[in-house]
Amino acid sequence: MTTTPLLRVQGLTKTFRMYHLDSMLHAFEDISFDLYQGEFLLLRGHNGAGKSTLLRTIWRSYLPVAGQVLYASSHGEIDLANAADVDIALLRREEIGFVTQFLNARPRVAAQDIVAEPLRLAGATQAEALDQARHWLDQFGVRPELWRAYPSTFSGGEQQKVNLARALILPQKLLLLDEPTASLDVGARAALVRRLADLKAHGVAIIGVFHHPGDVAELIDREINLNTRVIADQSAEEEHVAV
Amino acid sequence: MSLDLGLPALERAAPRLMRTEPLLNMRDISKSYGNVRALRHVDAAVYPGEVMGIVGESGSGKSTLLRMMNLEDTPDSGDYTLRLPGRENENLFDLTRYERRMLCARNIGIVYQNPHLGLLMKHSSSGNVAERLLIAGERSFEVLRDKAREALDASEFPLDRMDARPIELSGGMQQRVQLAKAIALEPALLLLDEPTTGLDVSVQALVLDTLKRLQRDRRITMVLVSHDLGVIRTMADRVMVMRHGEVVEQGLADQVFQDPQHPYTQQLVHAKL
Amino acid sequence: MSLASLTKDWAATSYGFLDASAKRELRRKMLKAIAVPGCQMPYASREVPMARGWGTGGLQVTLTLVNSASVVKVIDQGADDGVNAASIRRFISRVSGASETWDTLDATIVQSRHRIPEEIMREDQVLVLQVPNPEPLRGVEPNISIARQMHADADYGKLWLTLYEQIVRKGRIMQGASYPAMVNGRHVMTPSPIPRWDVPKLNMAQHLTFLSAGREKRLHAVPPYTRVEPLVFSDRPYQVEDHADLTCRRSGVRGFFMNELPQDGGGSVFEVSDSNLGIKAIDKTEGSAIEIGETWYRNGEYSA
Repeated sequence: MTTTPLLRVQGLTKTFRMYHLDSMLHAFEDISFDLYQGEFLLLRGHNGAGKSTLLRTIWRSYLPVAGQVLYASSHGEIDLANAADVDIALLRREEIGFVTQFLNARPRVAAQDIVAEPLRLAGATQAEALDQARHWLDQFGVRPELWRAYPSTFSGGEQQKVNLARALILPQKLLLLDEPTASLDVGARAALVRRLADLKAHGVAIIGVFHHPGDVAELIDREINLNTRVIADQSAEEEHVAV
Repeated sequence: MSLDLGLPALERAAPRLMRTEPLLNMRDISKSYGNVRALRHVDAAVYPGEVMGIVGESGSGKSTLLRMMNLEDTPDSGDYTLRLPGRENENLFDLTRYERRMLCARNIGIVYQNPHLGLLMKHSSSGNVAERLLIAGERSFEVLRDKAREALDASEFPLDRMDARPIELSGGMQQRVQLAKAIALEPALLLLDEPTTGLDVSVQALVLDTLKRLQRDRRITMVLVSHDLGVIRTMADRVMVMRHGEVVEQGLADQVFQDPQHPYTQQLVHAKL
Repeated sequence: MSLASLTKDWAATSYGFLDASAKRELRRKMLKAIAVPGCQMPYASREVPMARGWGTGGLQVTLTLVNSASVVKVIDQGADDGVNAASIRRFISRVSGASETWDTLDATIVQSRHRIPEEIMREDQVLVLQVPNPEPLRGVEPNISIARQMHADADYGKLWLTLYEQIVRKGRIMQGASYPAMVNGRHVMTPSPIPRWDVPKLNMAQHLTFLSAGREKRLHAVPPYTRVEPLVFSDRPYQVEDHADLTCRRSGVRGFFMNELPQDGGGSVFEVSDSNLGIKAIDKTEGSAIEIGETWYRNGEYSA
């Protein structure tokens, strides 16, 4: 583990301003933490505490209103809160992964091709990438007869396995997990934990939100409880601040 | 309208990681038609390999901007550069009509909403593709044939109908012919002006799917104009939201859709989803 | 010095029928046309005692060029003795005092409808072609303003496309007469309805050619020693009509462009289209001291 953090979150604040309601919604305020390589950080908090929002703010689906997300990319340090869109797009392609519960299944693309795509984009040959893809589909318990099928027709559980195989096939530097175990069966859940442990051992830093944190208990290094944030209690969230 | 958004500005001044320069760069484009200000100080940058979506309602200036990108019209002020070999610092609006036409034929493909704008309805489909190659100087009949076949195939057009006239084809097939014509010369930039508007929903999905495949396999830089947020959401990496000739918001597609900053974008997103 | 010495007597018509200002306009346009080979120049197109569409364009150019030392040959589809050709020839000689001829070698001005004589024309000769439609882009772009812009931009993609379409639909290029040709590498012209057989004769020709359309009020020119290249695909060579092996039933000449005369039995016989060439050949076989000039085609092969 290096001494400089991979991620330094400082004073991060997210507020949604909803013009049609003429109101503000405070998601979280003044969040600060450091994350090192190979660390596993668990975000705790009740529903609506802002766990997913924090992940999405780091991922930059949401724009923070204050604070910094300093990330030590292999191209140099950059503030994810303020970086140019193209840089974010590059980092999402190369270094930062985000796993949600939902697969973005595209019509007429086979499961194994969806999984292999990140490797292909990273420069692997078609054969290598497919080989790896089949390995991970197998690990997550997707039956071989489905590998060449189109996942848009799969059940929710099977889609999620494909989604995980794709998200975790390429080791990244930072991995954001938003309830990845939801709708997974026991076997797939075990495969996921094995893969996460493996990635962690290789130095991947992970921030996760889990419905059942017990699944990954042995991986967790630290926790942040968003319930304890001053602003994050229910009353504050429902208070509509006039603008 | 002055809005105190208290949020990161549209153009972030943060130091850049990537050295990549935009393929397309438009700066401070303004255009009036009589009293109508169609575009007001619009800036646009499109990076190699990405899909830029432009949304806005009718009259927002999005199609005008696309026509400028295709050099069909010139603005009252502003400049436009494309990073093509040897032309990096050339304001394309300064080119003569002939130079513009040759540059477009070789480097820019366009698919219009209305196939009558993009196709010669009474010539064969393969001929429509071949015309683009003929303008660029190809003079071998067999090469024309092969390249037309290849482009139509890449657009997933049924090759047994390659010599049918577009007027005999369905709307979805006409769009595929337009697409084949647009990509025949492997352009640096592909412009799509409401390419699936007016098609049946199922046909629309198939055409979009073809576009996605092309984008994935060939890494063609695309600019997609649509009033349909669903289309933009499926296709675009980044999004520009236009209203009354101005860019009110731009950002990564997921950010614009999940966390729209401008009141107009919020209204748009909430209205359409 | 008196007024009488400075003016001319009253005459019913000007010399060469057209008045001086009409000729001046035509000369300017003809010079411009020479300066920009293949580019169509608009002109006023005056009234001449002939209906529009019957060769008024060619006639106006000839009347502008002609002088009393000129020797004029007029042919219609290759023949000197057609009613129209004979009338035009007699009209020209009557208004200008020029002499008339049927022999290509003797002529200084050859006005023609739809043919170029088979004998090679010289630097001191001018060919004037009567053109019904001077616009090669008419078929692909009916709007004249846009067509002019396309010429300015050398935008001939659609024209090429019509040739592509002919191959796709029929397996070969169907364009017979008026085959579009690129002049001096810049402007595409339609060389009046001359057969494909005649188009190569314009390429790097020694003589000057004017192509004039009186009804359409436009003329263009091919100056001497100017490239005229028919539009062809690199892998579909230009082909002239299949007349190389045909023999004229009257004169016995062989390897020239022929008129086909269908027979009652269903077959055809052929006569040489350049009728004076046939006449000269007959005279020669009958023992007259007739000179037949060098021809563009020899033994049916283009060789100039």
